[in-house]
Order: sequence, then C-alpha cells, then structure tokens
Amino acid sequence: MAFAAFASSAQAVDAAPRKSSKVALVLLAPGLAYLALFFLTPLIALILTSLQAPALYGDMGEFVYAFRWENYVSVVNEYGDTFLRSFGYALIATVAALLVSYPIAYFIGVWARKWPVVQAVALILVIAPFFISFLLRTLAWKQIFSDDSWTMETLKALSILGPDAHFTGTPFAVIFGLTYNFIPFMTLPIYTTLERLDTRYLEASGDLYARPSTTFFKVTLPLSMPGIVSGTLLTFIPASGDYINASGDFLGGPGTQMVGNAIQSNFLVILQYPAAAALSIMLMAVILVIVAIYVKRSGTEDLI
Amino acid sequence: MATGTFAESGADLELVGITKRFPGFTAIENLDLYIPAGSFFALLGPSGCGKTTTLRLVAGLEDPTEGKILVGGKDVTNTKPYQRPVNTVFQSYALFPHMTVLENVAFGLHRRGIKDAVAKAHEALLLVELDHVSNRKPQQLSGGQQQRVALARAIVNRPALLLLDEPLGALDLKLRRQMQLELKAIQTEVGLTFLHVTHDQEEAMTMADTVAVMNKGHIEQMGAPQELYEMPRTAFVASFLGQSNLFTGEVSAGPADSLSLEIGGNRIVVPRSRAARHTGKVTLGVRPEKLTLHTEAPAHDATRNVLNGGTVKDVSSSGVSTQYIVSFPNVGDIVVFAQNMVFGPVVHEGASVSVSWNIERGFGLEDHPEEAGKFVPDDSTASIAVAQRKALFAELEGA
Ligand SMILES: Nc1ncnc2c1ncn2[C@@H]1O[C@H](COP(=O)(O)OP(=O)(O)OP(=O)(O)O)[C@@H](O)[C@H]1O
Ligand SMILES: [Mg+2]
Repeated sequence: MAFAAFASSAQAVDAAPRKSSKVALVLLAPGLAYLALFFLTPLIALILTSLQAPALYGDMGEFVYAFRWENYVSVVNEYGDTFLRSFGYALIATVAALLVSYPIAYFIGVWARKWPVVQAVALILVIAPFFISFLLRTLAWKQIFSDDSWTMETLKALSILGPDAHFTGTPFAVIFGLTYNFIPFMTLPIYTTLERLDTRYLEASGDLYARPSTTFFKVTLPLSMPGIVSGTLLTFIPASGDYINASGDFLGGPGTQMVGNAIQSNFLVILQYPAAAALSIMLMAVILVIVAIYVKRSGTEDLI
Repeated sequence: MATGTFAESGADLELVGITKRFPGFTAIENLDLYIPAGSFFALLGPSGCGKTTTLRLVAGLEDPTEGKILVGGKDVTNTKPYQRPVNTVFQSYALFPHMTVLENVAFGLHRRGIKDAVAKAHEALLLVELDHVSNRKPQQLSGGQQQRVALARAIVNRPALLLLDEPLGALDLKLRRQMQLELKAIQTEVGLTFLHVTHDQEEAMTMADTVAVMNKGHIEQMGAPQELYEMPRTAFVASFLGQSNLFTGEVSAGPADSLSLEIGGNRIVVPRSRAARHTGKVTLGVRPEKLTLHTEAPAHDATRNVLNGGTVKDVSSSGVSTQYIVSFPNVGDIVVFAQNMVFGPVVHEGASVSVSWNIERGFGLEDHPEEAGKFVPDDSTASIAVAQRKALFAELEGA
C-alpha cells in the first residue's frame, strides 16, 4: 500500500513469515480493533453522510439517509476550481519546502557528521517551531506582513514593493504559509536518510570521474529518495487539505479558498453536511490516487 | 582530464615527502615513493599500516598533511578526485546500490563520454565472468561477485594509474589465480601502471615487478620480489615476507670478505656483501627452506654453516613440504622446511639432528637487534595452523 512509503527507513523487510501463529494474531488484535473503531467507523459514517438527502420539509441542516450520488456531481461543479487550487498550492508548497529542506537536511545529516553538537543544535532548531502552536505561528506571519505592518511599510519605502502591494490574502502568502509550516515534516525524513548515507559511494563516484554536481544527481539524490518520498507525502497530503493558512482569518483571502476551507464552511457555516462529506471523500480519493501514482513512479519500492 | 578516450599508456606516480596525520594519529610518515610508468607495483604490509590511506591520498580522497603527489609528472596534490587519471578498486567495493551491475560498470565510461559504453561494460563483465548477472543489483550478488564487479568497474576505464586495494581478497584460490592472470594481461597489454595492495605475499611475489613492504606508515624495503626475499634488510621484512630464522650476536674476527658470529658455541658466517651492517651486535638470518637436516653431524665444510646438537621438537606436514622445529641449546628454535620427496632423512620428534646451510644463503640485517624483537609475528596460514595444533596439544596434555 502507498502508505508504506511513509517509513523513511524503507528497509527491505523480510517476506512475511509463512506460519500464521496465534501469538501474532493476539498481538495484532488490539491494533486491528483500534483501526476498526477509530478509522473504519468514521469513514463509513462519512460515506453514508455524503449520500444523504435533505429531509422533506425539514429545517436547514436536517438530512435523511439516502443514496443521493448527485451530491458528488454538484460539489464537483461547485468546487472544481477549489480542488485544482488546493492541489496547485499544495504542489508548489511541497516543491518549495523540498528546495528549502534538502540543503538543511544535507547540512545536518552529512556535513555536520564530524560535529555531533552542531547536528544536535541544528536538529533542535528544526523541531523548535513545534513547541509553539501552529495557529500562533501562522498568526504571527499575518501580523508581520499585514498591510500596515512595519515590515510592509519598510519594503514599500525602499520601493521593493509597489505602493499598494499586499501580502496577506494573496496566493503567495498562502503558499508561503504552507511551505513554512511543513518544512520540519520535509526536513526530518530527508535528514534520516541522509544521515545514513554512506559517503564511500560519493567517493567512488568522484573516483569514476563524476563532478560534484553529477555525483549529487546520480548518487546522492537517488540514494535519498526514500526520505524525499516520505517528506513530500508528509507535506503534500496535509497541505492539500489544510484550511488554516488559506483561511481569511490567517494568510488567505476570498480568492484563495482551498478544499479545506470549503469543507469547513459547508460543515460549520452553511450546514451542508452531505456536501462537506462528499468533499472530504473526494479529497481523500484524489490524494490516494495521486500518492499511489507518485510512489509507483518514484520507484522507491526497490530502494534499499 | 581528457575525455572521450582511454589512456594510451600508464603514467608514473611519485610521492614526495608525504605525511598524513589524522587527529591524534600519524598514518603515513614522510613517505617517498616512485613508481615508473607501466610497472606493476605491489604494496604489502600488515593490517593498519597505512596501505589504504596511501591509495586514498593518490586517488585524491584524502589530502596529505605534507608533501606532493605527481601523476605522469604533473602535480595533482591540489586536484579533485574526478580530475585525476586514476581509478580505484575499493577495499569495501563501494558499488552503487541503486544501480544494476551493468550501470555500475558503465558509470565511469558515461562520465567521460566514451563511445559504446554499454558494450565496453559488457566486455569488462565478461572478463570477470559476471556478464550473466549484469541486470542484478549489487546486493543480490555474493561477496566474491561484488568484488569482481568492483574490479570490472575500475578496470573498464583503462586508467593510466589503477589503484587496487586487495582486489582479490574474497575470491577462492582458483578464481584468484585466473583473475591474477587477467589483471597481468591487461596491465602488460596497455602498459598501464598498477598499484596493488595485498595481504597475500605470494600474489605480490608472482605478479609484481616491484614489491614494497610497508610497516607503521613507512616503507621498510622496496625492490624486485626475489631480491626482497633473498636479502631482506630488516627483521620485519624477513619475517613478513616468508619466514626466517634469525640469530643475534657480536661480530667476531674472521676472514676479510665475511662476517662471523659466535652463537651458542657455534660459528655462523655470512659474506660481507650480504650483510647490511658489519660491526657490533648484528642479526643474521636464513630462510627455513635453505636449511638441510642431517641425522649425523656433517663433515666440516668451509662453505656451510653447521649447527650441531639439535633436537626435533615438532614435525608437521603441509602437503608439499614438512616443517620441522629443531631446538638447539643456547640458540633457540630453528624452523626447517624440507620438500616431501621419496628419499632424504625422515626424522621424528625427539630425534637429535644437525642443521646446515650454504653461507651464501644467509643474510645480515640492518636493524639494531635491540629494536627488533627476535620473535617476530608470522601470519602465513601454514604456521598459524601449526601454532593452533601446538596449542591444542598443549591443552590436551594439560588436561
Ligand atoms: N579517518 C581516519 N581517522 C583516524 N585514523 C584513521 C583514519 N583512517 C585510517 N586511520 C588509521 O590509519 C591507519 C592506517 O589505516 P589504513 O586504512 O591505511 O590501513 P591498511 O594498511 O589499509 O590496513 P588493512 O590491511 O587492514 O586494510 C590505521 O591505524 C587507521 O586506524
Ligand atoms: Mg586497507
């Protein structure tokens, strides 16, 4: 299954033991029960909700169980653009996060090997933002770049920005927020693969006439693929469903709605539960398809 | 470095005053070395003496603390590995795990833009008899197969200077012999320069034009294999290359053209020309296979050294030859190798014997005896087996 790619260690696991032992079943039981209760149940509930029809003569937000697949058609019609925007933003943010994170991960995992203290400090710096709430950090950016903030005034005064430039409410701000928030999720898995990278392969490559840049693209990058795949998945999946950064209360605006925002407003504001559920199911399905194709294409299955 | 073509001939290698210090440890001390173009040079030495470090310095994977490295007359000390006309067969193989065997072998060819890279890679794989696994990943091969891929990956580039770090260590005897012949053929055919590190003294002796014995970061002695074997200059070389019986004593008066030593009441003579030092306390040596065993004291002969009154302590056969350990009062234990032939004295443990050898077969060492221990490690498999056997017997007796 595609989620196997999350294991950044992606080690070749031994073939499943042939003998099915009772002990294994007993050990597995709590986990399976947990999955059934807390993953399968909500999923089924969500699917059922997504097919509900409005109650006849009912109040707003009152629905009955039905098989109204038209719900899906209407959300596609209504929110098609929002879907595209979500995946577009998530994709750009993932690429940006990768470009920022890879050098950081390389620095910590390869470069700083000789200095464990530097490694530890750098790792703490990467993780440090987690100690402050995600919401607060995003709000802080909103304040730093709000239209009448000191930062914006200075940038305008220096003519770096035009006199009526905005930051908040623009797609750029949303993508910036997404990138910023997911950098640690990208950096850590890449770091773990690079940390185990055997530099003797790099030496062998240099010995075989490869310039440092060729060595990077032919040896280092392929060998760090498992980390890149898990990092990009850990970024892309939550980023495409994110509703904080794109929300008007944070870095977004009316023109930057993502699927997460649409789900939120359907569920909590206009009480269209079936539409919200249909959006969620579609988001999940599309992500699964994208991830499956991606994992297949990146060929991480047979990486050591 | 030139791209698109192979080296036309080998390049010479010169190390000038190379020192390599790791934090808190000097791996190479003021090393000077010249390897002429087109020669097969073997570097021999115990584990940890700095062989791999020397190769890494030449390949550019390590920077010397001091000194210069010249390849083909050009100073390459400050150039990067990919700029040097040098390839390495790594001791750890370092095969790229994400590429197939074929991609591994073609890697260097592609980097230099050589035509028909894939065909040439297949050729190299045929040479090491691994073309049938060219589509596998390295981790799907056995250790010996991986080693041969590493060999093919380096040799396919026909570098002016090839560095081989124990390239045949994981192979069985038959395959090793075959690879030795092929290596030698490639080397002579193109006239490439090979710098070959090995633990196997026989390999060094049979393949190399020049052998250097390295110890603790410096070269103890260097020369043609036969010369090194016949005339080792230090106790280390005498015992690392083959086995030696060593005698230490004060030089006493004697004929002008030879050196004589009084040892445990016996007089041992060696020609002056075969001794490195002529005064004071010196160490003389002789190879075990140069010795003859006698069951009766031989008649006096001016051309032979004789030790009388020995007792055979141990007899062990290794197939083609028999090793006797003969103990002499005041002299110590002497090792004698005798070919197993149908005739000749066959003695048993406890027999009393004499030992003699031609004085022209002895050699005098340069070492000061105080510095070199009399008992020197010997790690040929035969003597390890003998030592094991002795230990076992001792244990059985004690029990
Ligand atoms: N990076 C390093 N840092 C510190 N010491 C090192 C380093 N690399 C090698 N050494 C030391 O230098 C010495 C020589 O090492 P080297 O690898 O050259 O030995 P070698 O002769 O190739 O041995 P072997 O036959 O076992 O391969 C060893 O004592 C080793 O511990
Ligand atoms: Mg070594």
